[in-house]
Amino acid sequence: MYYLKLIFKNIFRHRLRSLLTIVGLVVAILAFGLLQTVVHAWYAGADMASANRLITRNATSLVFSLPAYYRERIKAVDGVTAVSISNWFGGIYKDQSFANFFATFAVDHDNFFDLYPEFKVKPDELLVFKKDRRGAVVGRLIADQHHFKVGDVIPMTSPIYGGGTWEFTVRGIYEPKDETTVTRQLYFHWDYLNEQMKKRFPRRAEFAGVFVVQIADGSRAAEVSQAIDKEFKNSLAETLTETEKAFSLGFVAQTEAIVTAVRIVSFVVIVIIFAVVANTMAMTARERMAEYATLKALGFPPVFVVALIVGESIMLSALGGAIGIALTFPVAAGFKSAMGSMFPVFYVTRETVLMQVIASASVGILAGILPSIRAARVKIVDGLRFAG
Amino acid sequence: MKIPFSYIFRNLWTRKLTTLLTAGGMALVVFVFAAVLMLDAGLKKTLVSTGSLDNAILLRQSAQTEIQSSVYRDQASLIETLPEVAHGVHGEPLVSKETLVLTQIPKRGSDRPQNVVVRGLSSMGVALRPQVKIVDGRMFRPGTSEVIVGRSIADGFEGVGIGEKQRFAGREWTVVGTFDGGKSGFDSEMWGDVEQMMQAFRRTTYSAVIVRLRERGALEALKKAIEADQRLTLDVKSEPAFYEEQSKTLSLFISYLGMTLSVIFSIGAMIGAMITMYAAVANRTGEIGTLRALGFRRSSILAAFLIESILLSLVGGAMGLTLASFLQAFTITTMNWQSFSQLAFGFHLTASIVAATFAFSVFMGLAGGFLPSVRAARLEIVDSLRAA
Repeated sequence: MYYLKLIFKNIFRHRLRSLLTIVGLVVAILAFGLLQTVVHAWYAGADMASANRLITRNATSLVFSLPAYYRERIKAVDGVTAVSISNWFGGIYKDQSFANFFATFAVDHDNFFDLYPEFKVKPDELLVFKKDRRGAVVGRLIADQHHFKVGDVIPMTSPIYGGGTWEFTVRGIYEPKDETTVTRQLYFHWDYLNEQMKKRFPRRAEFAGVFVVQIADGSRAAEVSQAIDKEFKNSLAETLTETEKAFSLGFVAQTEAIVTAVRIVSFVVIVIIFAVVANTMAMTARERMAEYATLKALGFPPVFVVALIVGESIMLSALGGAIGIALTFPVAAGFKSAMGSMFPVFYVTRETVLMQVIASASVGILAGILPSIRAARVKIVDGLRFAG
Repeated sequence: MKIPFSYIFRNLWTRKLTTLLTAGGMALVVFVFAAVLMLDAGLKKTLVSTGSLDNAILLRQSAQTEIQSSVYRDQASLIETLPEVAHGVHGEPLVSKETLVLTQIPKRGSDRPQNVVVRGLSSMGVALRPQVKIVDGRMFRPGTSEVIVGRSIADGFEGVGIGEKQRFAGREWTVVGTFDGGKSGFDSEMWGDVEQMMQAFRRTTYSAVIVRLRERGALEALKKAIEADQRLTLDVKSEPAFYEEQSKTLSLFISYLGMTLSVIFSIGAMIGAMITMYAAVANRTGEIGTLRALGFRRSSILAAFLIESILLSLVGGAMGLTLASFLQAFTITTMNWQSFSQLAFGFHLTASIVAATFAFSVFMGLAGGFLPSVRAARLEIVDSLRAA
């Protein structure tokens, strides 16, 4: 017990220095936690993916569409329970900034929300949406951000489909099932899009971006995917079907370099704070060399000196780490609202907290070791003579 | 009276471990700071060298990328007749009609396919990009299913060696050459014959038309001519302006992320400097008293400690910058959100980045060293002599 007391007393000997070190640790552990959360946010779509959903797209690449009549043929494949078209509309609301960005899709209004039970829409709102050709359902995040209410008209432009300003009437707002659900989308009628295309650019009508395919049994995903692709083999538009998770991870892989960079940088901040804490402990140990010699002269073993220094270092890191972790939650919440819709899913996971704990513990242990070896080795005579 | 510089320098030299740890912490912050600036500069350089002021690019109205755009054959022929278009030695209009699609090729060392731009063009299109040179193999022959690949594609992707075949759009395409795009965006593309591509992809429209201007100032006249002609529902941009737009999102993202990180990380490093300098002041209280007794003024003491702190930060800055300069050997390939395809770009160190980096480190040194220096300057002679 007196050992812990001694460490505590030691920390408070240099109040300013300890305080600064702890502040540094708080900032570093906080930054580390936020960066890990950013990395995690990147995988938002993949986390939400259901094992019972497949995505069928053009085999060449996503920019090519598929004929809309494929829907009926996919529906006939054994194991498929429902199919919905989903076209990336690429709508722009107000301007092209990150803050105002949200995803816009034209979908089969009849069954899309049955395929996505994690999007919770009020039944009466859903009914009105289904009846209004120009109706749209928006996610909670963008509804809050832009103060969209049921009945509001959202004007948008689309560089992909052109045709000036498109206006959608908000008919419903969907709520997330849990924190993994992305609510940064707007969904509207594919029929409406198709009808407009028929009028304006007839050659671009009757096309589907991707098909969302619901299957009865998630364990048969591979088999059903193959069956669908076989159906269209050697046709004008060959298909590629994969699970929704694989589809989303494909997107993440495209920007892998950025994710990797953020990940590396998050470890750099830990190294920086390690240098700061190691420096604090080195200075502390140097100043107290005479004391350590005294302790040894009194008969304490070198291990005791090591334990004293490493213990102090761990105590500092634990204090800084604990405050840093505690602050991560409110700061992440603030960051999320400040970033608008840039990160649709942004919450601190348990793994992140665990990594923060491991990071502060390793900084504490490692930073104490180097100076403590010197202190443990010092000869009593030299230590007593040591002037700092 | 000023305190000799060697006194300041030797103070740092005596406490090597502390100096190294503090400067090391700063070096890492500087490294991140410089790396981000270099990456952004590299991205800009790549896209700027892709476009030439002599060329203009024509896209469908309100299309933002070549992928989204479509230009009808009759429109393309009309453009060739415009007086603002330059002509070659044989009187042929210097106009390239191109088609752009995306295909998926796995990155080396990963099985995940990535979006790669396939550009269909004619020999005129090649001639309009003088920075592009064949470095291996030969040019594709018109009228065949041959393709050539950019250097970044050849280095970073699977199955694109000379003689290897790529399968897309229901055909096999033989790679017959590798080209160097002079560190431009073309390095991340695959090129083939435009008519063959259009047949294979069953396209009836071009994606974009590139025009060599009669003279650099002719852009405005060309814009007017196109606006005046109702058949030409096209937007005209100078190539550099177009390519700058293409990278805007990615560039903004890199600089936002980078600046946020630099600010947060620098707090850690400044705290490190502060701890070190406070310790330096505390250890040298007696010395400071002696200096004051010898007749050195408070301002000299303040300056001496500030210079020591700045010196420390300059060491960190130099270390960090040296480390960052090695990054120039690396290339990053990631998805450019706007064009939805992979783009390779490097780290590019410029004189202004070097200046900014050193300014940043001096700022860290000043901010970290200011309070400790003030404390040193405010010590009373009698007290400080007694403390020793």
